[in-house]
Amino acid sequence: MTIAYVPLDSVAVAMEANTVAAQLAEAGATVIRNGSRGLAWLEPLIEVQDEKDRVAYGPVTPETVAELISDGVLHHQLIRHPLYIGSIENHDFLRSQHRLVFDRVGYDSPVDFPDPTDTLNALAMSPDALIDMIETSGLRGRGGAGFPAHIKWRTVRGTEAPAKYLVCNADEGDSGTFADRLLLEGDPFRLIEGMVIAGYATGAKLGIVYLRSEYPIAKTIFLQALEIARARNLIGRNVLGSDFDFDLELFVGAGAYICGEETSLLESLEGRRGQIRVKPPVPAISGLLSMPTLVHNVISFASVPAIVRLGGDAYRDLGVAPSSGTMSFQLAGNVKRGGLIEVPFGITLREMVEGYGQGTLSGRPFKTLQIGGPLGAYLSHQELDTPLTYEAMTDIGAGIGHGGLVIFDDTVDLAEQARYAFEFCELESCGKCTPCRIGSVRGKETMEQIIGGRATDREFNMIDDLCEVMDRTSLCQMGGMTPIPVRSAMERFQQDFRHRTKP
Amino acid sequence: MIEDDARTHILPHQHKLGGVIHALHDLMRVYGYIHEEHLPIVADVFNNSVAEVRGLVSFYEDFKTHIPAHTTIRVCQAEACQAVGSRQLTKELETFYRTELGHRGKDVELEAVYCLGLCASGPAIQFNDRLIAKASIEKLRVPG
Repeated sequence: MTIAYVPLDSVAVAMEANTVAAQLAEAGATVIRNGSRGLAWLEPLIEVQDEKDRVAYGPVTPETVAELISDGVLHHQLIRHPLYIGSIENHDFLRSQHRLVFDRVGYDSPVDFPDPTDTLNALAMSPDALIDMIETSGLRGRGGAGFPAHIKWRTVRGTEAPAKYLVCNADEGDSGTFADRLLLEGDPFRLIEGMVIAGYATGAKLGIVYLRSEYPIAKTIFLQALEIARARNLIGRNVLGSDFDFDLELFVGAGAYICGEETSLLESLEGRRGQIRVKPPVPAISGLLSMPTLVHNVISFASVPAIVRLGGDAYRDLGVAPSSGTMSFQLAGNVKRGGLIEVPFGITLREMVEGYGQGTLSGRPFKTLQIGGPLGAYLSHQELDTPLTYEAMTDIGAGIGHGGLVIFDDTVDLAEQARYAFEFCELESCGKCTPCRIGSVRGKETMEQIIGGRATDREFNMIDDLCEVMDRTSLCQMGGMTPIPVRSAMERFQQDFRHRTKP
Repeated sequence: MIEDDARTHILPHQHKLGGVIHALHDLMRVYGYIHEEHLPIVADVFNNSVAEVRGLVSFYEDFKTHIPAHTTIRVCQAEACQAVGSRQLTKELETFYRTELGHRGKDVELEAVYCLGLCASGPAIQFNDRLIAKASIEKLRVPG
């Protein structure tokens, strides 16, 4: 029997993978819906498995699949077919990666129960030894802030309270990012294992995954995985035969970017408007329902099993300490080969854009990339040799954020992007603090004057002032970081702003 | 009748963490929008004021207070899609459906969305429940 793998991930589905799967089943193949390998430009990427080989073709369409089927793709390899790729694991885009979080993604059905050895090994350690291991590993939060994980873990563990919680932030709202989605759709058990281990180490008995509503496929897969995890005792009472009880729930958000901010997310979880809380107290001391709460992004939790497997030292030795381990970067926007790239920290932007990405999709010259989502900096080609580490990015006024890199060709107007940065802040501001709520509106209006060629020095000074006020006085990073895309664009691409000025 | 019916969808969430949001999601799923008459029922079940519930509904994009159009097309307006022509696509859709983003046309509502997670395969849109990557006006002319 020939097996055909057809990804069920959102990108593949948005490129008609469901039709393709039905066609292959109709033609007699046993169809397995796997996660995406993360080579987005090849989706839908199908793989056909015979007795010895697993061969990929892509990107397919219902039309080309019909053609492949009539050419006999289910009976022999079509080596001469233009969509023939061969073994996907030998593809240069994948071969050069170092996948620890995404190591299982794409091989099989995401709801196949995996080997839980990492979790068993973790449960055999003492909680303190586990936290020491996380400290040694140098793991930092992968959601955006890059805060050392072990400090949060130790704080939650060390705070006396009647209950403790884990909250997984899967409200992946940054444009240009989709690592959380790919993992939830491709290997949800990796996240569940990470949360079980973190629960055991910190003393939390309940974890909640806060998923954005824009990811319906991730929701379906994760709910299935939860059921299987419960049936196989990866969660529930006496996890995997230990004396540790842990449960997990899914909570679906309702369309608010700000709920990716951890305190806002907690408010939302408690059934209120997602308005941010003033810190301190930090959630690790007083979070969900005022209890100590470990809040991490999906990839942070999902990095934990690999740390248990490799040991803290080996994990830290990947990357460039204090940027340790691997980071799941996402290449997006106007790029020939976009997708997920999990590699140790330290790779340069150029290797990303020109190596993995192979330049722009349009074929036009590269102009800028925005790193770290809508609150991230716009960088120029002169900065492409900067290594992707937290430290090197800070040095050039940027941040890695959640690892999204959005590429733009030379048709982009950076003044329009700066205007959009303010507009996005206006749309998504929770409204609690004035600099963000009002500053964003004033910033957008002022930028519109600049774009309209009606600006004088007064408007440029106004933008400077607004940025300074928002940066220094906003309650959270929404208002606090909106100046980053604005200022970075203005500093590096002055011609896009100044040529419009009337003397 | 409406009241009893709505209440049956709200009550199961009464004691859940953040249950009011679950309840509003369910009302959206069942009725397509949050009815003015739903607000006092939700408020009652969750021991809250109507103003608080209204505040929730207005805060979250997913909760609508008007009857949905026959077709809702969500068009991603975020950076990764901007980089591959979402602004142009939005204009084309506005012309094609004779409406404006954020306004209701006769049968079609064009709605802005900020990221569907298809950022390496943009521009992305969602046609009712169907995700479409590398979207173009041509893809929409042929219903798939």
